[in-house]
Amino acid sequence: MSTIQASPDYGMGMNPLLRHPGMVVHPPMLYLGFVGFIIPFAYAIATLIKGWNDDEWIRATRKWSLSAWLFLSIGLVLGSRWAYDVLGWGGYWGWDPVEVSALMPWLTGTAFLHSSLIQEKRGVFKHWNITLIILTFCLVIVGTFLTRSGMLSSVHAFSQSAIGPSFFVFTTFILIASLVLLGYRWSRLNTGFQIKSYFSRESFFLFNNLIFVAIFLICMVGVLFPIFSELVTGQQVTVGPPFYKKATGPLFAMLLLLMGAVPLSAWSASTGKSLGKNIWKPAIISLVFPVVTLALGTRDWGAVIALWVVFLSICVTLYDYGRSVKINSDTNQCSIWKSFWRMTSRNRRRYGAYIIHIGVALMGLGIIGIEFFQSQTQVTVKKNESIEISGYTLTYNDLKIDDTLEDRETARAEISITKGDREIGWLYPAREYYYMAQQSVTTPGLRSTLIDDLYIILVDWLPVSSEGATFKVYRNPLVIWLWIGTVVMVIGTMLALWPKHQRVKPEANL
Amino acid sequence: MSRYRNLIALLLGLSLLVFLTTAVIAQDERPVSDDEVNEIARELYCPICENVPLDVCPTQACEDWRELIREYISKGWSAEEIKDYFSAQYGWNVLSVPPRTGLNWIIYIIPPFIFVGGLVIIIVLIRKGKRNQQLLNANLGELDVPVTDVFLDRVDRDLKGEDQDG
Repeated sequence: MSTIQASPDYGMGMNPLLRHPGMVVHPPMLYLGFVGFIIPFAYAIATLIKGWNDDEWIRATRKWSLSAWLFLSIGLVLGSRWAYDVLGWGGYWGWDPVEVSALMPWLTGTAFLHSSLIQEKRGVFKHWNITLIILTFCLVIVGTFLTRSGMLSSVHAFSQSAIGPSFFVFTTFILIASLVLLGYRWSRLNTGFQIKSYFSRESFFLFNNLIFVAIFLICMVGVLFPIFSELVTGQQVTVGPPFYKKATGPLFAMLLLLMGAVPLSAWSASTGKSLGKNIWKPAIISLVFPVVTLALGTRDWGAVIALWVVFLSICVTLYDYGRSVKINSDTNQCSIWKSFWRMTSRNRRRYGAYIIHIGVALMGLGIIGIEFFQSQTQVTVKKNESIEISGYTLTYNDLKIDDTLEDRETARAEISITKGDREIGWLYPAREYYYMAQQSVTTPGLRSTLIDDLYIILVDWLPVSSEGATFKVYRNPLVIWLWIGTVVMVIGTMLALWPKHQRVKPEANL
Repeated sequence: MSRYRNLIALLLGLSLLVFLTTAVIAQDERPVSDDEVNEIARELYCPICENVPLDVCPTQACEDWRELIREYISKGWSAEEIKDYFSAQYGWNVLSVPPRTGLNWIIYIIPPFIFVGGLVIIIVLIRKGKRNQQLLNANLGELDVPVTDVFLDRVDRDLKGEDQDG
């Protein structure tokens, strides 16, 4: 050990792209999500090693699994928010291989959370649950391996290292050892249980698992195919958003549909007739929303169906929640609020899940908004000239260049926004150039409302003589609901995780 | 002499034809908006950056490629022709999805195959379960538990804190 005499006076500092508040929280959240899944995985492996056939490992790790899922969800959404604020692409999700690698364990983890519930309630799907948790844990390691080994071309590849080969050996060992163990104990996990109806809750959970796993496999194919193609044919290919959107879009819509139907289905005994009796009222109410969308001029049937599915899910969940509260209020002669509190606090897991589902549906609203209704334009304008987009008028007023800062030069435009005759605000899109890193960073001007986001990027500016600048403007309808939905989802998960209050009876012989 | 005159007349005529054709083509080249360029650039990836779509890539190289797209649009090339040109110049990795040929068919076939295969397995499982149930309940009639009873029972269990699912 020796002290280096000549230390650099001024380092490069953090990568300018990562200087975002979300980046303080995003990595630890993803990390907690990833490592959290080791608890259910370890219990599952211990169960296999011991040769136990009970469901204790599921019960013991339920909260750990849910916590890991919560952290992973928060991590993914914070990453999306970072992309929205920093990358300047007008969107939050680019189906980049690193993004998809982080999504894959979330998909199988979510499938596991649902499927483990059936094992807990009915003592079935034991093989499947162990397979899912092995897969989830291995995907955590595979994702890290793919990201850090430099095998994937990604905008998120910030820290490649030489850890790749060791990680590959470790991942392969974990996967093979776990599967061999599962195969060895396979016969002990048989239950002989059979599903008796297409419309029972067990069936819906099975369909839910099928869809989650199908989306995961599509993601897996999308991420690995470029590597496979280069290995086999030497041909480099890119698998980008059009592939993922076409392949997974209908599946996500099916998931939302199932999410709507599940609360009204019963374990084992539900039939199509009984489900129909339960669901028709909220289904009719939910039709109001696509009808309004059509009346407002939308002719994209994909968007209309997607919106209907989202609102069906919300309506069914609120309907079921509401009627439980109402019946309890009538039966016990208490106020609606008291009844709501009692119902929610007595079964936190059920109603926590309902709130999570509402949060997910709201997130779906944000995704539909940007996928189906986004509009954009790129225009070069001179000072005091305007850009028109979806009823907004954006007037370019000024551009200020600040080169007095020590580490960077900043160009910041001033844009006034009017809707009709009314001025509704100002936006300041900027571009910064960092000298040391030789990197430019875009800071979009962003105005968010419950209806839409106006998102402006300063693309370029012309020499002073012409005083012009090029702007890229996006109108992203409903996107704020993605972030609101996340908050609702987090609240629901916290409720589901909240420990049950145990009343301790006083000892008789003290 | 008249033979030379005819040859000169022919050359002049050809020159005039070439000039007029060029002039007409030049007149056909129309101004192309950034939106038209981005419409195509969005479906292409920067050949030299890390997975960055061409329409949002801030590098000078990508700026030049966008100008190339503008030039080809103004010459009347279709979006497919421009994408084919980029793909021929820089390889398939500039396309946002691999072309449907050879090994690339894997990514187009596997997703629907996975979903349909899974669906068939689930349907077979449920049909088997239903058949066995029907055999067991042959003398009990159709199984249809009244909805309200199931629901009221659940609310009751919720209040007792018994039914902890979610």
